[in-house]
Amino acid sequence: MAILLFFLFAAFAVGSVLGMIISRNQAYSALFLVVAFASLGGLFGLLGAPFMAVVQIIIYAGAIMVLFIFVIMMIHLGEGISAEKKKWTIAAAVFMGIILLAEIVFAVKGAPAVPMAGQEMAGTSPTEIGRLLFTKYLYPFEITSILIIAALVGAVVLIKKREGE
Amino acid sequence: MELVFVFLIFGLLGVVLLSMNALLGPKKTNPDKEKPFECGSPYLQNEIKPFPIKFSLVAFVFLLFDIEVVFFFPWALIFKEMRGPALVIMLAYGAVLAAGFIYAWKKGAFEWD
Amino acid sequence: MTNTGFVFDVLIPVGKIVAVILYPMLMTIVMIWLERRVVALMQKRLGPNRVGFQGILQPFADAFKLFLKEDIMQDQADPLLFKVAPVLVMFSSLLAFCFVPLGEPIRIGTYQLTLWIAQSPVGLLLVLGLSSISVFGVIFGGWASNSKYPLMGALRSVVQILSYEIPIGLTVLSVVFFARSIDLVEIVNHQSQAKIWFGFMLPVSFVVFWISAIAETNRAPFDLPEAESELVAGYHTEYSGMKFAFFYIAEYAHMVLVSSLVVIMFFGGWLAPFPNVPAFAFLKVIPGFVWYLVKIMFFLYLYVWIRATLPRYRFDELIRLAWKWLIPLALLNFLVVALIRYIL
Repeated sequence: MAILLFFLFAAFAVGSVLGMIISRNQAYSALFLVVAFASLGGLFGLLGAPFMAVVQIIIYAGAIMVLFIFVIMMIHLGEGISAEKKKWTIAAAVFMGIILLAEIVFAVKGAPAVPMAGQEMAGTSPTEIGRLLFTKYLYPFEITSILIIAALVGAVVLIKKREGE
Repeated sequence: MELVFVFLIFGLLGVVLLSMNALLGPKKTNPDKEKPFECGSPYLQNEIKPFPIKFSLVAFVFLLFDIEVVFFFPWALIFKEMRGPALVIMLAYGAVLAAGFIYAWKKGAFEWD
Repeated sequence: MTNTGFVFDVLIPVGKIVAVILYPMLMTIVMIWLERRVVALMQKRLGPNRVGFQGILQPFADAFKLFLKEDIMQDQADPLLFKVAPVLVMFSSLLAFCFVPLGEPIRIGTYQLTLWIAQSPVGLLLVLGLSSISVFGVIFGGWASNSKYPLMGALRSVVQILSYEIPIGLTVLSVVFFARSIDLVEIVNHQSQAKIWFGFMLPVSFVVFWISAIAETNRAPFDLPEAESELVAGYHTEYSGMKFAFFYIAEYAHMVLVSSLVVIMFFGGWLAPFPNVPAFAFLKVIPGFVWYLVKIMFFLYLYVWIRATLPRYRFDELIRLAWKWLIPLALLNFLVVALIRYIL
């Protein structure tokens, strides 16, 4: 049964990501991305990492996508980019794609035995994550607060500036 | 386990219920029916315009607080076993974020005029 | 596959799923009747009392009427998003119901019948997260209609839901503090062991959660997304027939969901009241899900009561209430709870 669910979520994830890339309408892309994030959450759940699953749904699908959609609706749809810029974006996309691929290859190679869907993994319960987060990864955790406040100040400054115009 | 059935049955239900109107409902098209609602008068604008940027600021502040709240959960779970250090860690973390919150407040992020 | 295996592996899960679908719909029907009648009585009107005894069949008639309606989509609308939005709203709230425990497991022979579809170690967050997915239904629905009232309603709704999600998260946290679990079943079990409901231990958390919950579900006095006097019907102005019904049912399903969360987190879920008083021991005879339903009905009634009592907020007041009152209050409450927990 778990394997069935895995294929269901995986098909949803891959299909919706493809849909997101192919779609010309940004709002559709956003919708596809929501589905992709939600099914990724399902996959995390199947891997026995419930907390990650919930974070995926709450943060990515629930919060970040709302911001995406706001931005899409704010800049308004239909305006494509110029041909001059397009060349650059394609070059940049290829470059980033290669880097990402390399990262994924390294990550998969470096990962310990990849768990199967439906198997329990150690250290994934919410309490375990808390223990790790507040001992081993304490400094990265504290630094995120600085990161968050920097983002907040940036957003307030930029938006107040736009409003003033 | 049972979640497979959940998806199957919910999917089926959605299709059945939504096709209900096509099966049972009347199909009398009328150009006036296809127009956006405007209390009976001719509608004024053809498409919606971009909306104020103000809304996105709330969304942004929300995103940051949401991340913060999610971090609190594993902390609350291990609070009993760590006690002192946990309190200090979270006070430091919370103080930085409180500063951000007060900054946004003073800058008028939550004013609506 | 043996015969009993088929019953336990297929029939019972399917039965439970059908129950999970029927339960919010049934509650919607009860709520529509209750709301119309009670608000009418509070306002010295009669309300629907013609169809069936005391108008009890009125909501069924309403539902049947919606089946027979024409499905209208206005010509400027975005066809895909317009159709997806109601499904998204409905689907996310029904999915959240799968994780809500309705009572303690019932033992039938060697088989344990659990009154929930799935138990998750992060059930509480999962329910909150899934119900927050319905924001997309609202925003896509309002935006795809490509008409001004739905768009304004959707925008208001999203900002409102987002703003009030933070106090909800912060107050839920104080419950997690004491229960030391994010599992909904565990939270109830913990209250049964502690012999006190968290609502009495954490009154501030409960009040902040309840206010935010009313705002989350877009109900009066925070029903700005659907403010009839300003926005016709808010984000679902352009919807008709079953698609409208989906939005409608999802709204009531959300109310039931939020009331369930309040009952589970603050008022002991399916536990009988007065666990310490021996004189009230006979109350334990009544099965758990009856207590659960009684408690839920109380909070649903509270929704109606508040709606009939309080006038609607203005939008700037709504934002101010969330960010300048509820969030600082929730943070302060959280700090106090942490300190108390530290000392204890």
